[in-house]
Amino acid sequence: MTSLAPRSDFPLLAGDPDLVYLDSAATSQKPLAVLDAMREFQSRDYANPHRGAYELSVRATQRYHDARARLARFFGVADADACIFTRGTTESLNLVATAWGRANVRSGDEIVVTRAEHHANFVPWQQLALATGARFRIAEPGPDGLVHPDALRALITSRTRVVAFHHVSNVLGDTLPVREIADLAHDAGAIAVCDGAQAAPHLPVRFDELGVDFYAASGHKMCGPMGIGVLLGRRPLLEVMPPYMMGGDMIEFVHDETSSWNTLPHKFEAGTPNVTGAVGLAAAADYLDALGMRAVQTHERSLARTAHERLAALDGITVHGPGPTERSGVVSFTVNDIHPHDLATILDARHICIRAGHHCAQPLMRRLGVAATARASFYVYNDEADVDALLAGVHAARELFGHATV
Amino acid sequence: MRSWPACTRPASCSVMPPSDGRRGADLTALYQDLILDHYRRPRNRGLLEHADATVTKKNPLCGDVITVQLELDGDTVRDVKFAGEGCAISQASASMMTQMLKGRSAQDIGRVAATFTRMIEGDSSAAADASLGELRALAGVARLPQRQKCALLAWSALTQALVSHG
Repeated sequence: MTSLAPRSDFPLLAGDPDLVYLDSAATSQKPLAVLDAMREFQSRDYANPHRGAYELSVRATQRYHDARARLARFFGVADADACIFTRGTTESLNLVATAWGRANVRSGDEIVVTRAEHHANFVPWQQLALATGARFRIAEPGPDGLVHPDALRALITSRTRVVAFHHVSNVLGDTLPVREIADLAHDAGAIAVCDGAQAAPHLPVRFDELGVDFYAASGHKMCGPMGIGVLLGRRPLLEVMPPYMMGGDMIEFVHDETSSWNTLPHKFEAGTPNVTGAVGLAAAADYLDALGMRAVQTHERSLARTAHERLAALDGITVHGPGPTERSGVVSFTVNDIHPHDLATILDARHICIRAGHHCAQPLMRRLGVAATARASFYVYNDEADVDALLAGVHAARELFGHATV
Repeated sequence: MRSWPACTRPASCSVMPPSDGRRGADLTALYQDLILDHYRRPRNRGLLEHADATVTKKNPLCGDVITVQLELDGDTVRDVKFAGEGCAISQASASMMTQMLKGRSAQDIGRVAATFTRMIEGDSSAAADASLGELRALAGVARLPQRQKCALLAWSALTQALVSHG
């Protein structure tokens, strides 16, 4: 299978033909179109938006506004003002846990998360519970190691105020039924918060159809730059939430004793915004839509399936997570007694980049009974030759460690 | 209990050959039999019954964890054990470290620890220091910045244990 996007679209990959980049779940490489858009904005329309009385600032404001409209379209959000720019998924989730959480969660309430959350969708809720006296409840994986909606259903009660869960797991690559879980939360009177960091880059996301109240995503994992992401929210909730950060842009009037807040989305975007990042992310949305998100999903799943099946066919290799046909582009595995960090070093010497470690999901790793796994993740620029290279690297590591090669 | 396959390859040289860069490097000198043997059959692994100092160190980046225990006679190490889990580099480093400590003074051990640390951080004169003995098999880690903490984890625990007791 060839790559979905030509490698030549990505300057880093084009300039390093031997590189086998299998860490796109951590961050994706950037197409030239994204780099060009950012340079073009900074070269032509750059000024501080929302402030200047001069035409250049108006142009910068328009570029920022256009980028928001583009992202709203990419994510299926009719109300573009409910698409808040943040630094990324982590800030988006902290914004909700802090601004909505502090205003709405009380002692005796309950917060439900899953054990498979990334630390960014686990720790903010854990700390909110500690600060408010709410009970922090963790939905456990089943015997197959995966979290199922039933585990959440069993924990959600009339005391539940928040259900926070992932769309796609960054460790195991399984996908949760977002609509079903959102309905469970709403039936109990709770809000549903979804971590979309590993879904937004890899499959079509239509926020208005998902049913969740908040959805968080990072730009840099979807061909955009680092330092920009989105929080998608439902307007009625965003309207009544207090701000997260205070400063310029987010205020309406500042009196000596009190202040009032700007309208959406500005209420949640204190300070000079990352317009260059937003412009780059909008170009990334153009790039991905031109490929087609359905095609992106099909491509990655096909590569992940091949990698899963070929790895699982080797003696002594455990592939963690769902079956080969159920996973997104993430394949977590362990090889005999070869520690994932040793494996990553050996692969690195062959120009292959994989992630090794706990993947910012220590609660899940404890449950899986492993301190670390190796993780290969695929994206639009990967092809079957990358899977071949991964397998050859794993063979080489096994040989180096004195294992018979199958 | 897992059983390990026997090591059959001949021992290679204990110091990494020079290389023009990390990428494309031959790692056979680093992952040599001596290192893998310590990884799979660690020496002095376990817990002491009467430890005078116990220090646990973790590397939060990769989840490696090592506990070093010392039994001391004044400032002389009478016995040492280590426990924990991690990669071949961290475990072999801990295992080889424990072999060098018995009967030696804290000051003496401090000198070895400093030399070893310099070797891991890339000082070639430290890598040539015979006082490091078998530990020189880990010299190749100097070219792997992201693995230096693995090699130094047990030593960091040891140094803290000696300081906390002294």
